[in-house]
Amino acid sequence: MATTERYVGSSVPRKEDAELVTGRGRYTDDMAIPGMLWMAVVRSPFGHARVKSVDVSKALGMDGVVAAFAGGDFDWAGPLLMAWPVTSDINNPPHFPLAKDKARYAGDGVAVVVAESRAAAVDAAESVHVDYEPLPAVVDMEAALAEGAPIVHDEFGTNRCYVWTNTNGDVDKVFAEAPVIVKERYRVQRQVPNAIEPRAILVEPNNATGQFTMWSSTQIPHVLRTAMALATGIPESKLRIVAPRVGGGFGSKLQVYPEEALALELSRRLGRPIKWTETRSEGYLATHHGRDQIQEMELAADEDGRIRGFRAKVLANMGAYLRIIAPGTPVLGAFLYCGAYTGEAYQIELTGVFTNTTPVDAYRGAGRPEATNAIERAIDALARRVGKDPVEIRRMNFMPPFTEATQSIGGLMIDSGNYPATLDKALELADYEQLRKEQQARRASGDVKQLGIGFSTYLENCGWGPSRIIGGVLQYAGGGWEAATIRCHPTGKVVVITGATPHGQGSETAFAQIAADELGVPIDDVEVLFGDTDVSPNGWDTYGSRGAAVGSPAVAMAARKVVAKARKIAAHELEVSEEDLTYESGRFTVKGAPDRAKTVPEIAFSAWTAHNLPDEVEPGLEESAFFDPGNLVFPYGAHICAVEVDTETGEVEVVKYVAVDDVGTIINPQLVEGQVVGGVVQGIAEALYEEAVYDENGQLVTSNMSNYAIPAAPEVPSIATGSHVTPSTTNDLGIKGVGETGTIASPPAVLNAVVDALSPLGVTEIERPATPENVWKAIRRAKGGAA
Amino acid sequence: MTALTGRTITRAWPRPRADFPVCTASDYTPALQTFRPQKGGPTLKRIEVTVNGVRREAEVEPRQLLVYFLRETLGLTGTNVGCDTTSCGACTVLLDGESVKSCNLLAVQADGREITTIEAMATDGQLHPIQQAFHENHGLQCGYCTPGMIMAAASFLEENPSPTEEEVRMALEGNLCRCTGYQNIVKSILAASQQMSGAKA
Repeated sequence: MATTERYVGSSVPRKEDAELVTGRGRYTDDMAIPGMLWMAVVRSPFGHARVKSVDVSKALGMDGVVAAFAGGDFDWAGPLLMAWPVTSDINNPPHFPLAKDKARYAGDGVAVVVAESRAAAVDAAESVHVDYEPLPAVVDMEAALAEGAPIVHDEFGTNRCYVWTNTNGDVDKVFAEAPVIVKERYRVQRQVPNAIEPRAILVEPNNATGQFTMWSSTQIPHVLRTAMALATGIPESKLRIVAPRVGGGFGSKLQVYPEEALALELSRRLGRPIKWTETRSEGYLATHHGRDQIQEMELAADEDGRIRGFRAKVLANMGAYLRIIAPGTPVLGAFLYCGAYTGEAYQIELTGVFTNTTPVDAYRGAGRPEATNAIERAIDALARRVGKDPVEIRRMNFMPPFTEATQSIGGLMIDSGNYPATLDKALELADYEQLRKEQQARRASGDVKQLGIGFSTYLENCGWGPSRIIGGVLQYAGGGWEAATIRCHPTGKVVVITGATPHGQGSETAFAQIAADELGVPIDDVEVLFGDTDVSPNGWDTYGSRGAAVGSPAVAMAARKVVAKARKIAAHELEVSEEDLTYESGRFTVKGAPDRAKTVPEIAFSAWTAHNLPDEVEPGLEESAFFDPGNLVFPYGAHICAVEVDTETGEVEVVKYVAVDDVGTIINPQLVEGQVVGGVVQGIAEALYEEAVYDENGQLVTSNMSNYAIPAAPEVPSIATGSHVTPSTTNDLGIKGVGETGTIASPPAVLNAVVDALSPLGVTEIERPATPENVWKAIRRAKGGAA
Repeated sequence: MTALTGRTITRAWPRPRADFPVCTASDYTPALQTFRPQKGGPTLKRIEVTVNGVRREAEVEPRQLLVYFLRETLGLTGTNVGCDTTSCGACTVLLDGESVKSCNLLAVQADGREITTIEAMATDGQLHPIQQAFHENHGLQCGYCTPGMIMAAASFLEENPSPTEEEVRMALEGNLCRCTGYQNIVKSILAASQQMSGAKA
């Protein structure tokens, strides 16, 4: 049974695929239970309105309708969990599943109906009569902070949610003395995450025992269980939450949603299974959005471009309510406004702002794409100012290579890094010299289609996270460790049970690779279970690129505990001391007598029968481990983008994209490449196409997939990838995490390329996203014409 | 929304005051899903369709979309629903051998016709070459768009057995994926085309 093949480091095809390519994967909406009822939520059509009365009587009289309730009909045990109060004086409005007095965004739930079919529920929801008194809405953050603005939460008398600051070094002195100051303003537009699977929920009550099972399209069954207990008073011990196959999340399913609490509460009240699946248009209003910042970024530098200080002032849109980690999302990027560069002083001020818009929370990268946008675009502005090439300005400001944890000016203790190495490799892959020659030729000939080259030499922090740090200085209410259990069955087959909750990343395969290597068994003998709170150990689920970086070390630790116990049993059976055994690839061998050996599967059988165990050894071969990292992990890399910009129409085409990343030790190159490419393309979409637009009344104008521009295959380029490995010092596997690097890195690379293409025309700035309209306007502005 | 659901949503909310600007773009206009005969509801219509080689008869509401007929009446949940605007293509199936978005057809429009879904692509325990290629080339992550992608590819490779990368990308313009950046989907379909034309030769 033992094998000498190593799985870690090779592109093992995914264990997940067999059911997913055949249509046998089970997502929440694929399930039905006898007696099941459908829920529909009545949502405010206004961005801001007083709810004067709700009349459900007409709905209740409709055929097939079982129940209908307004917000005031519920008495919750507590509000929906908001886990990250970033400052002690944060304005934190309790958020309940349905609004009672006031609807604060278009889509805010005000009533709920339950019926025998989805059609009947939807028909009935439309018959609920809500008497609204429309109020002026505020959607723009600067307008929301101005005197006399409509107030989203009246009790605070302001739309300011919090102000969070961090300073290192003498910022005022550095900025007063520096000969060069670059000051830029960027708007990081709002995005709709758009996991292709809409959210879905199914709750089944057990009316005899008071137990409930909830299937939900969620990234966080464990966190959700505790949050549901807090909201409904149903104890965690009577609540089972299952995330079956989940069709992507990107942060949008890292949430505790009103509909989850409503479905659970209604199943308790009615004693019937309750189902809810959002329509995509409904999801555009009801599923949280991402990004949405206004940034003022300043660099203080010497005349040659050496950076001395970083100063950022950021407004971050919270939307109408604070969702689970909304206030902390900008904080995740707050240490990265210096990127991978050195300096003497650093200051950041984050201001959270309430507006009459769908709540904003984590979206792939969460805070770090915003920070990377600011520093990577500002350093290009500095390069233009001091007349340096974007490569040269980066090289002269990089932190020098290091293999032991090193302090950054932003306040991070970074695990390891070699920033010039990824840049060198990316330049080679992109054939930079040739690109510049081509650019010169087009500039010389006055080509309508100009070529631009953009860089993003990003640094990020992920692998959420060290519990003591995130609960200490960062004020996060939760922890960041991860758990794993490994059970060896009598015949030698292995089950790995993780507290992480993968939803497309391929972690099932990655965890199996690690366990198979540690235990020396074929990967087909390893099954990975997850996503069911009754099956998996308590854990912290999957987000923030933590699956590989925090989940994998827990799997390896549990496996090593199994091996340690197996060693005791093997020594006993072979009648030697433990020290006389060598262990390799699942096989314990007596030193000097290689034919005397026991394999892990053999020991698993012995441990099961327990006929002949050492006195101090308990039966069974099953071990659990909890891994709480001592630090975050810090992937980085160099991305180079070449674009063609049509100077007459403003159309942008990405013609070359190179991504060289250091994500530490690579478990599975194919999975890593998949994460990088998918993330980069999502970031290209952010740079060029996607924007959630509200009108001044709080109506979401980009309200579904037909008017929000998600690119399809013809719009996006092929991505060339490369890697450089400096093992992380945070975990002994050396893993850094890869889920978010692409969306963090790519938007500024694309935008810098667009500005570079147009710089001969005098363009120095471009609005995000760089749609043909925004590019055309930038060209007009530069020419001195009215945009 | 009217065009999609075949029905005008009658709104019970009070209209906003005349002096209050109105935008209806994002008003809550849910698509209709999941039908169950209601008293006084529309007359049911009997249809006969051949699904994955099996003749099926059923009584359906005239307003029921084909995708819900497949998922909820026949229990073929491999075909997914990702939007309500015919944008994402997760619901792509073959109708008389050609790919269609099954959210954009009524079940009654399939009467007398032949439908193939993802469940019928693997035969005798063997993956279809397109399925195999998606597996080998990491052409999927969360898997939600995958059945639609595979069905779209199956129809396309019938028309064009030896496509270029550009042609594959163009053929997929009606199918959205949020995970892969399309690169490995395109690679998978090109690999499948070689495998399939090799097998025929």
